[in-house]
Amino acid sequence: MMNLKKNELLYFALRNNKLKVGLAILLFFAVLTVVGPLLTDYPPFDYIGPAAAPPSAEFWFGTTTFGQDVFTQFVHGLKASFLVGIVGGGLGTLLGILIGFIAGYRGGLVDEILNMLTNIVLVIPTLAVLLIIVAYLEVRGLFIESIFIGCTAWPWAARAIRAQTFSLRSRDFVDLARLSGMKSLKVIFTEIAPNMMSYLLLVFILQFGGAVLIAATLDFIGLGPTNAISLGLMMNNAVLWGALILGIWWWFIPPGLAITAIVGALYVTNVGLDEVFNPKLREM
Amino acid sequence: MKRYFGRKLLVYILTFFIAVTIDWMIPRFMPGNPVDVLMARAGSFAGATELMHDYYTKVFGLDVPLWQQYINFWGALLHGDLGISVYVFPKPVAEVIMDAVPFDIFLLVPSILLSWFAGNWFGAFAARSKRLDNTILPLGYILTATPYMWLAMLLAWTLGIVFEVFPIAGGYSFSLTPTFSWVFISSLFKHWFLPFISLFLVGFGGWAIGMRNMIIYELEADYSHYLEALGAPRKLVRKYAFNNAVLPQLTGLALQLGVIVAGALVTEVVFSYPGIGYLILQAINTRDYFLLQGCFLFIILGVLLANFVIDIAYVLVDPRTRAGMQGESA
Amino acid sequence: MSLEVENLKVYYQTLRGDVKALDDVTFGLNSGEIMGLAGESGCGKTTLGHSLIRLNPPMKFIEGSVKLNHEELPIWDMEKMNDFRFMKISIIPQYAMNAMNPTRKIGDMVSDLLRSRGLDFSATLPELKRRLEMVKLPSNVLKMYPIELSGGMKQRMVMVISTLMNPSLLIADEITSALDVASQKAVAELLVEFRDQECCNSAIVITHDISILYQIADSIMIMYAGQLAEKASAEAIIHAPRHPYTKLLISSLPKVGIKHTEKRLPGIPGKPPLLLNPPTGCRFRERCPLAYGKCLEAPPFKEVEKGHFVACWKEFEQNA
Repeated sequence: MMNLKKNELLYFALRNNKLKVGLAILLFFAVLTVVGPLLTDYPPFDYIGPAAAPPSAEFWFGTTTFGQDVFTQFVHGLKASFLVGIVGGGLGTLLGILIGFIAGYRGGLVDEILNMLTNIVLVIPTLAVLLIIVAYLEVRGLFIESIFIGCTAWPWAARAIRAQTFSLRSRDFVDLARLSGMKSLKVIFTEIAPNMMSYLLLVFILQFGGAVLIAATLDFIGLGPTNAISLGLMMNNAVLWGALILGIWWWFIPPGLAITAIVGALYVTNVGLDEVFNPKLREM
Repeated sequence: MKRYFGRKLLVYILTFFIAVTIDWMIPRFMPGNPVDVLMARAGSFAGATELMHDYYTKVFGLDVPLWQQYINFWGALLHGDLGISVYVFPKPVAEVIMDAVPFDIFLLVPSILLSWFAGNWFGAFAARSKRLDNTILPLGYILTATPYMWLAMLLAWTLGIVFEVFPIAGGYSFSLTPTFSWVFISSLFKHWFLPFISLFLVGFGGWAIGMRNMIIYELEADYSHYLEALGAPRKLVRKYAFNNAVLPQLTGLALQLGVIVAGALVTEVVFSYPGIGYLILQAINTRDYFLLQGCFLFIILGVLLANFVIDIAYVLVDPRTRAGMQGESA
Repeated sequence: MSLEVENLKVYYQTLRGDVKALDDVTFGLNSGEIMGLAGESGCGKTTLGHSLIRLNPPMKFIEGSVKLNHEELPIWDMEKMNDFRFMKISIIPQYAMNAMNPTRKIGDMVSDLLRSRGLDFSATLPELKRRLEMVKLPSNVLKMYPIELSGGMKQRMVMVISTLMNPSLLIADEITSALDVASQKAVAELLVEFRDQECCNSAIVITHDISILYQIADSIMIMYAGQLAEKASAEAIIHAPRHPYTKLLISSLPKVGIKHTEKRLPGIPGKPPLLLNPPTGCRFRERCPLAYGKCLEAPPFKEVEKGHFVACWKEFEQNA
């Protein structure tokens, strides 16, 4: 029976166009991230060519006003985006799961307190806090940035997971586990979590997309990593050094387009998966 | 309802308290003496160095115990004293911010409201027909995935540089001084349009998709099926679904405020639009930490206020909260 | 005859093909009759109830005819059926707890519904209030939101709404399963009162709780694997069942008054065939203790005694 169910999910997954398109785009960029650096000989910040040269056979995406290779920066920036998405989005999901599960499962005072915490972090604009914290840090790496993003992005996930846990908690099989003397944590991980796997996957996808966008915003106002290139930083430099007025479109179009494509693909994948998991949304 | 607002108010007060504490804490608990760090970064302002050093030491009041520093900070804050700006020395930070705020309100309020209403309307419309669904849906996903600054840059480059339809920098033409004249107002409007439309478009995509998905869920809800089983026309079923789908959309608006504000900040940076976002960029570039702290507090205040307005709106839209019942907690 | 169903086939469309949830079903319902419809879960009883009023995807109408008071019901046409719904045929859904719009006052919702059907709410109001009294609901529930009502109150409210237009046929889908034992009985008795007061002419009560049927139903129809097994008076089904499946079903009941759970019956070994590709012949034969060679052919649903229909070769043999 279990096998049958899995096959059915796979069948719907293979038939779902949204899922296929979304995954194809993500796969494309993932491959580009891995293969891209091998296709270029230049370090991302080095001045290696003519200034502001349009795309050509030698410089695929052209060069910046300083003569840096845009393609090199682009593929390294992609890596930064994926890193932030996985680490930041992953941490945000993890914190959301932890806080949401505990609040929803324990209920009572624990729930009250965690709920209050969630609501507070929810109301404070993430970017404003990051702005203040990041502004005072001397050296900032991609990893630190991801951690900060993850630490501020969890509230909506926690809230959604709390609601889900609430409804699952009252089901028979959870009661049964509890009555038979299982420890809370064990009940959460053996009985509740497996029943929410599909939902957690969707949460992670949205957290991933959110982290990529927030990182781009931070980088754009110059609060990104101080020791690496990122797509947001490319756009920051482009605006700062007059790419708009000089019409150096090849400098700012690729990074924004990549972010849009990746985040859009994540969202579309999310909807596709939702349709696969939730029979009510399937189109017959 | 009293309980509903009581809870909300408590969260807001706590939030503000925590935000102010963060604001106070960060420069003090970062590695190194804050004054030294600040002075090292403000080094380029040669003439002001001595003055600034004295000023910072005095304001940080590092010679008194921490708890006293904290109370002093609150005291100054409640008197509206946010310190003196470095960027526009020696103007008080509060004044610098107040000059920028009207531009933010002017930009944010219309773009948020219009994108929300238009997005909901189109989303509901799209869920109605397959063909619309197939065009609006992908467009919506692209728009909502677009980083704010990138859309702003695309618009600035195409409509501002290539076609020269709109100006791309400033809040009004540099050659004008603010007066209540037609020329000035039209200049204001022209400079406002591109930032507005880029904020509007990104928001629009998100709301349209949200509404479309919510409506589909609502149409599958039991009460919709019951109406259908009793032969109610599609119009009524849809109307109910729409009314109920608007509620989570309103909650969503509250949740999205932070993201929208962040979007506005970077959009202002692209267009050098003289709001808080532009100030923040200048504050970062000139290491003006008092200005940065001030902007932070102001954003928090603005978001809290907007949240409160949405709470009221929620009570107006969800009758259950008024009937003394526990509605969905926004 | 108030309702005549002939050779009705309704399938569920799924990936692996059509699930024959309702396969060639023929029966009738007399005016004023309350018929219980029972069987294991997945036997097609809910499909039958729903296809009479709201046949929506993935349900697919294959063939057959349904006549209500000698008038053909266009059950295959979602739009055309609207003329009959609520007026001639109505349903008390299984999900009565969530059947009302949570954000609209109940009275406003009823008013919206009536007006959308071209009826005058204020003209109906006195009758509505009388019905509320009948089910012992205060008339101020009309000014309340569904969330302010208890489960039992919601159930009764939905019963009132569904029968407001005195439909010829009322389908009651598992109306007692969400309630406690005391309310179950009250709700079941209300149904009889509704019929006696002519708030509805005849009714089909879908349930897996045969004990409730014994209290309120005039007749009981037993379904098995998408087909009819037996139909007779409630008395005959409980005390003198003829189909082997009914016999096992009745004997496996602990005692009248205790409901068995919606699982496959522990008393009958084996499980129902998958309806995706059902075996030919009698669908019960693999679990039937009496099965013999003839059962490879599908038995017709035949009247063996006045008002007693059964689909079993052994029975035909004995009566021949």
